[in-house]
Amino acid sequence: MIWVNAIVQGILLGGFYALLACGLSLMFGVMRIINLAHGDIAVVGAYLVWLLATQLNISPFLAALLVIPGMWVVGYALYVLLLERSRRAGLLVPLLTTFGLAIVIENVLLQIFSPDVHSLLSSTGTLATASVQIGSGLSISALGTLIFATAVVVLTALQLFLSRTNAGRQMRATAEDPDAAELIGINARAVYAKATAIAVATAALGGVFLAIRSTFDPSTGPTQLIFAFEAVVIGGFGSAWGTLLGGIVLGVAQVIGEQVNPQYAVLFGHIVFLLVLASPRGGILARRGREQ
Amino acid sequence: MSLLEVRAVDAQYGLLKAVRGVTLSIDEGETRALIGANGAGKTTLLRTIAGAHRPAAGSIVFDGKDITGVPAHRRVALGIALVPEGRRLFPGLTVEENLSIAGAHKRGGGWTVERVLDAFPMLRARRTQRAATLSGGEQQATAIGRALMCNPRLLLLDEVSLGLAPVAVASVYDSLKTLITGGTTVVIVEQDLGRALGVATRVTCMLHGQVVLEGAAKDLTREQVTAAYFGTQRASGVGTS
Amino acid sequence: MIRARGAPIAGAFHVQRWTRLSIASAVVSVAVIVVLAIVPFLFGSDVTQQLTVLLTFVILAVMWNALAGYGGLISVGQQAFIGLGAYGTIFLTQHGFTPYLAMIVAGIGAGAVAIPVSFIMLRLRGGQFAIGMWVVAEVFGILVSLDQSLGGGTGVSLVGLNTYAPGYRQAYTFWLTLACATVLLGLVFFLLRRRIGTSLQAVRDDEEAAASLGVNVGRSKRVLFIVAAVGCGIAGSLYLANTLFIQTDSVFGVQWTAYMLFMVLVGGLGTFEGPILGAVIFYLIQAQFGNSGAWYFVGLGAVAIAFALFLPNGIWGAIDRRLRLRLLPVGYTLRSRETAAPAEPAATTDEG
Repeated sequence: MIWVNAIVQGILLGGFYALLACGLSLMFGVMRIINLAHGDIAVVGAYLVWLLATQLNISPFLAALLVIPGMWVVGYALYVLLLERSRRAGLLVPLLTTFGLAIVIENVLLQIFSPDVHSLLSSTGTLATASVQIGSGLSISALGTLIFATAVVVLTALQLFLSRTNAGRQMRATAEDPDAAELIGINARAVYAKATAIAVATAALGGVFLAIRSTFDPSTGPTQLIFAFEAVVIGGFGSAWGTLLGGIVLGVAQVIGEQVNPQYAVLFGHIVFLLVLASPRGGILARRGREQ
Repeated sequence: MSLLEVRAVDAQYGLLKAVRGVTLSIDEGETRALIGANGAGKTTLLRTIAGAHRPAAGSIVFDGKDITGVPAHRRVALGIALVPEGRRLFPGLTVEENLSIAGAHKRGGGWTVERVLDAFPMLRARRTQRAATLSGGEQQATAIGRALMCNPRLLLLDEVSLGLAPVAVASVYDSLKTLITGGTTVVIVEQDLGRALGVATRVTCMLHGQVVLEGAAKDLTREQVTAAYFGTQRASGVGTS
Repeated sequence: MIRARGAPIAGAFHVQRWTRLSIASAVVSVAVIVVLAIVPFLFGSDVTQQLTVLLTFVILAVMWNALAGYGGLISVGQQAFIGLGAYGTIFLTQHGFTPYLAMIVAGIGAGAVAIPVSFIMLRLRGGQFAIGMWVVAEVFGILVSLDQSLGGGTGVSLVGLNTYAPGYRQAYTFWLTLACATVLLGLVFFLLRRRIGTSLQAVRDDEEAAASLGVNVGRSKRVLFIVAAVGCGIAGSLYLANTLFIQTDSVFGVQWTAYMLFMVLVGGLGTFEGPILGAVIFYLIQAQFGNSGAWYFVGLGAVAIAFALFLPNGIWGAIDRRLRLRLLPVGYTLRSRETAAPAEPAATTDEG
């Protein structure tokens, strides 16, 4: 039962990773940029929600409703002000500038908020502790279920947006051939900015859940980036469902590692990631990641 | 007044000058054939007109407005559409998606997915197939249809018969003739001289990035065109610019 | 379509590597090394120690630039090898090696570890390689912190070196650093001058095209990856010898990448001289502002972004463009036979 419980908890955790990962995956899919500040942006979302919730004494979920649209705008601005120029300067430049951005964000947070650890867990009321007990060893927490359900909703919405709406189709077209997209009247820059806005808003949503389900501090971002990236790679650089699957595999690996020894949790996740890369499939994944 | 004026345009890739001091003007309703050997600068000129390539010098005037600095996607809204060399469809999108995203900029003009499918009946059965799975002729039809969805006043066609079976070429050209008689202004780049001269009202011949011969299709002899094409002798007389 | 103006190309140019200036600067380089070597006799141990830090930065910057500027590989995880070098030294001294020998062996050991790592990581490109390397660094960091004999996560001291009197120890460490820097920079210099350098630049500029011209892309990148691992490993062990105490969090920390990125971007990505200049600048900035806490890092990040966007070849690149100064040429300069003046910028391979 202990292992069943571990797997269930891992799946729920995987939803959280998928939520963090979908923006990273979208940006890479649409414009081949891996935003090395993605995790730090999630942490910015966590801080903003924490700030609003504690200052205005409102529910973190209400605060999130205010923060996420704001982060959408931030994402758009991020593309226009930084990424557009970086993208045009060369293939590797976005990595350099987003890494620089990550350093800036982490240290601005450190300067403003001190290295103290925060959490929103206590301000979510009964949700934090509510759970359904199934049998003796298996308990499903309300919070974990909420996060997982949110992830499924967000990923479904993203998938429907890309496949069913004209804006989403234009985004796919731009991802495949920006030059040809321009020639049929699509403003590739606006599409890229929109993709960045979606990525930043979903990262912030991930950050909100990060703040609710555990603790955060100014240096939490890089770890979130790494987990999100691992979920994307394990999921195979593919669809939203691939990302969800990747998140789940990562989550299960971490929870199983934790069962073995609490120090092994993160390590097991990394090892699964490296095994996927080292496997014959890894070569295919790497090539797909290159072409997409 | 002419619909398009290209004035002393230079276009280059790095140090390589592909178009040198080209000036030409195209009237509304005209069908212009742009011919020349490989590397004569035809594709670059079309891309420069469409806004996909920024000229190093000179200006482009469309419908009386200087559009030299206007990005490609806004030129589409003004009424310029290019069917690029190599078709450049979005391989992961279906035929219908390829067409419908191009209709996003409503310019008025009435091209719809249905009308494109009427104009290219072979696409009807392929409607929900990914563009990557189409035959060459079907891809070319989709590419032209996609450009039409932008409701262009000026349609630029780059090497539409390249790599197609003769039957496919014939059917593409049949559809084009319908368009041309419908009054759309067309610039067509074509390697096949016979085809080009068959549809065009005027002909412009390029060599080494420059215009070496221009004239009404009916006034030009095949010898003049061939000579200009290969640059064997400087063509003189007939409307040389 | 393009016709050379004036004389036909063949015969009009000759390929030149060593200019009079670059021969002079090679001589100066040797002189600098000799002068540095006698520093411990002339100055106190604090100067010696500071120069050790500076030279370690130089090694790190040159290694990161070799990967990023010539191999097109942006690594966010070179701290993996820095940590392996440092902890490898600890491990070897615990098993009977003398400290200075352990430092060299640990550096080479980091290179040996890089071989299997390269087979996984060099499948990746761009951002995937960047974060993939970060994961590798995290894994090494966790594995080391799980080993209690290496101090766990709480840190460990290098004990073997305190048999030397402090003054001698600092001098020995400095000489070792100087020797390592000379050998490593010389190695990178000659690698880049040989065929591998040209092929790597071709790879960086257009990997598909280079591969189609028969450039062995994989091998060139692998050699560079391993050399950079050795360099970072040795830098890690030198860092340990200078501080005598390390913790997994700091020695496997991503701040190393921030330093290297800053030095290389400011000095000049893709130039040989730039990273050396960048290391000097970074050393001075750190000496001045290193204690100003978070704002110092905000400044480093912001400056790195500004250089990446507005001065992509760094300060050295800007100097080079104005003065056509190439002290230590790793590329070729195409010169006209008639005028012996520099040809068009595009004709030199170490541009861009």
